[in-house]
Amino acid sequence: MFTEEQIERYSRHIILKEIGGRGQKKLLDSRVLIIGVGGLGAPAALYLAAAGIGTIGIADADRVETSNLQRQVIHFTPDVGKPKVVSAKEKMTAINPDIRVVTHPTWVQADNILDIISDYDFIIDGTDSFATKFLINDACVLAAKPYSHCGVLGFAGQTITVLPRVSACCRCLFHEPPPPDTVPSCAQAGVIGVLPGLFGTIQATEAVKFLLGKGELLTDRLLFLDALEMRFQELNLERKPDCPLCGTTPTITELRDQLEAMTLCDLGKV
Amino acid sequence: MQVIDLRGVKCPTNFVRAMLALEEMEIGAAVEFFLDDGEPVHNVPRSLEQAGHKLLGLTRAGDHFRLVVEKGEEAD
Repeated sequence: MFTEEQIERYSRHIILKEIGGRGQKKLLDSRVLIIGVGGLGAPAALYLAAAGIGTIGIADADRVETSNLQRQVIHFTPDVGKPKVVSAKEKMTAINPDIRVVTHPTWVQADNILDIISDYDFIIDGTDSFATKFLINDACVLAAKPYSHCGVLGFAGQTITVLPRVSACCRCLFHEPPPPDTVPSCAQAGVIGVLPGLFGTIQATEAVKFLLGKGELLTDRLLFLDALEMRFQELNLERKPDCPLCGTTPTITELRDQLEAMTLCDLGKV
Repeated sequence: MQVIDLRGVKCPTNFVRAMLALEEMEIGAAVEFFLDDGEPVHNVPRSLEQAGHKLLGLTRAGDHFRLVVEKGEEAD
């Protein structure tokens, strides 16, 4: 079932009793979508590729810019100007030619997201806009796709894993995205380069655990990190019966683009 | 009884191969592994035991060792 090369490559996984040969086979048969190959998506894509997730989708319409390189470690200086999905795919297949990388060189929007996510078992939200984060939340809940939410800014970040209609979703926490002019963009506020590295790897860990069906997922717990003080905190949550999306009488039953469903950084330029 | 020759296979690849073989077996079934002297015979038996398998016997056979292992329940 495994090739000689695969036994060597995945040996440190196969040794783990939580994974073994069967678990590694599961990973090789799995499909994960990473939306946004920026700061969060970069480490997630590299680790999931290395882990042997058989099919990894990457969705992003951006091109690599010099200002990305301080944190988006999948993109190198000679990649500036290249589409991010192209640059990312090159590194992922270089790390592990055993996997298939599917590129979606587009922004996810209300009219395409359900189609894009339908092929995948688990979704990682690596975007940087509140509007897109709510769109991803809504789409994943409506399509019953488990996903990892995350946001980072400055020295702080938060993440939670959502099992649709089983655990709390982002709309259980905040009914609506905040108005665009109330939130700073990463261009305005800055972000310490290692922070998305920390969080992207947490998101990748959740994906692997979900695919293996092992351990306890980060559900109904919002994990915060203040990296300046290096303190992790957890906020316990539960599904809200009045959630407009996954509650008993939902008001959101179809997708619509939130105000400026592009990137926060774009909003900053307006 | 199935025999798997792990001579010339370094740690931890020998253990990985042993675990992969045990995964394919029924609980309670036994298998014999050939292991090199040194690191392999020092590491593989106790690693298999830690993984929940039962060691039935370890004997020297010239320049190598023969290890008989029964697949444990917890290991599945």
